[in-house]
Amino acid sequence: MLRVCDLSQLPPGESIRVDGPVPVAVFNADGVIYAIDDTCSHQDASLSEGWLEGCFVECPLHAASFDLRTGLPTCLPAKRPVRTHQVSVVDGVIWLHRAAQDVA
Amino acid sequence: MKTITVVGASLAGLSAARELRAQGFDGRLVIVGDEPHQPYDRPPLSKDFLLGRAEEADLALTDAAERCALEAEWLLGVHASGLDLAAGEVVLDNGTVRTDGVVIATGARPRMLAGQGNLNGVHTLRTIDDALALRADLDRAERVVVVGAGFIGAEVASTCAARGLNVTVLEAAPKPLPGLGDEMASACASLHTDHGVRLLCGTGVVGLSGDHRVREVLLSDGSAVEADVVVIGVGVIPTTSWLQGSGVPLGNGVVCDPGCRAGLANVVAVGDVASVGGHRVEHWTNATRQPRVAVRNLLADSLVESCAETPYFWSDQYGVRIQFAGRVLPSDKVEVVEGSIEDRSFVAVWRRENSDVGVLAFNHTKTFTRLRRTLPRAV
Repeated sequence: MLRVCDLSQLPPGESIRVDGPVPVAVFNADGVIYAIDDTCSHQDASLSEGWLEGCFVECPLHAASFDLRTGLPTCLPAKRPVRTHQVSVVDGVIWLHRAAQDVA
Repeated sequence: MKTITVVGASLAGLSAARELRAQGFDGRLVIVGDEPHQPYDRPPLSKDFLLGRAEEADLALTDAAERCALEAEWLLGVHASGLDLAAGEVVLDNGTVRTDGVVIATGARPRMLAGQGNLNGVHTLRTIDDALALRADLDRAERVVVVGAGFIGAEVASTCAARGLNVTVLEAAPKPLPGLGDEMASACASLHTDHGVRLLCGTGVVGLSGDHRVREVLLSDGSAVEADVVVIGVGVIPTTSWLQGSGVPLGNGVVCDPGCRAGLANVVAVGDVASVGGHRVEHWTNATRQPRVAVRNLLADSLVESCAETPYFWSDQYGVRIQFAGRVLPSDKVEVVEGSIEDRSFVAVWRRENSDVGVLAFNHTKTFTRLRRTLPRAV
């Protein structure tokens, strides 16, 4: 598990990038915390810098949109999903559980 | 309409074909493309592809499953040479297509240089074949001269610098990108000089010299710059010559109303070739957004929707992601609202009266994305 930040540092509508071998984007979508791969599955762009609307994020480069709950693209130009990651909030702190294949 | 023919098989044409099916057109769909390739993405051609970090397969815009679902007849490597609306035919080099509706998406071709000649080592960059030829030539080059400091020229210069080549950029105007105004144009120009690329502005090119292969670029001040490879990036000309005499109104491209309708029943135009409501836009995003509106109007056979996208483009140069949105005038006031030009990391906003009308960012995507949404919708 990786400490992301205090919940108070990520108010609703905000996002943060967690660096690592595979960077992860963590979002506060109207009070619910989601985490997905940060790099758009279409081309090199950081989804944590995208536009958050409900539980969808729009890529800041080419406007592909992803469902934060599933990682599935909702429109072109993205065709492949991004991975989702588990997050938990414990005592006001956001924790990221990276997908198993990244742990090693 | 029983048959609709999309002429042009790049991003705008493909997007139009997708929209036709998405909006319920279930007739015969023909797609004509003069390149032999399946639709591919052009922006990487001047960047990762030229650098050798992306290959042809990485650029594909469609896959077999999508092409199957589109149920289109693809005529690739086929040149459309005319449009005969009275007969209801698109004229091809090797025959005709009988059609009821036409989507014109023929894009644009690179402008040539007066006195360019026919020397080896001189390139333009528009197609994947252009990019393959240039990439192969760069493998043997040391000195590259880029003519034109617009976005294609700047991206090629950046890629050549990353390949360790000696690069000179020539720009006829006193500064590159004059449309951005003095301060922001200087910010873009500085990226070249920051990375050891020589930028000569206010210098016209009068010719090229060499025997079979280019050796020198001759300048208007009487001097010359040595070159193993020359890349010409001085803009594009909309591909409309095949429409001469067809009755389709031509000006700076195909002249369309705000809904992409080209003055005649059942003909619309999209992408780089289309001058829509007085604006011809050569950006990737435009080619993906216009077709929805154009197809809607085509299928409705009337103007039911106008294009209202705010122009947006991005460019990656020297590790800096440049993003711009809006339409700005020299009289607009521009102000840096975050970061600093010196750090090559900033957001600038253009204001007209009390409205924001344009946003430019260097490596400031998040704020750019937010501010872009506050711009007025273009009409």
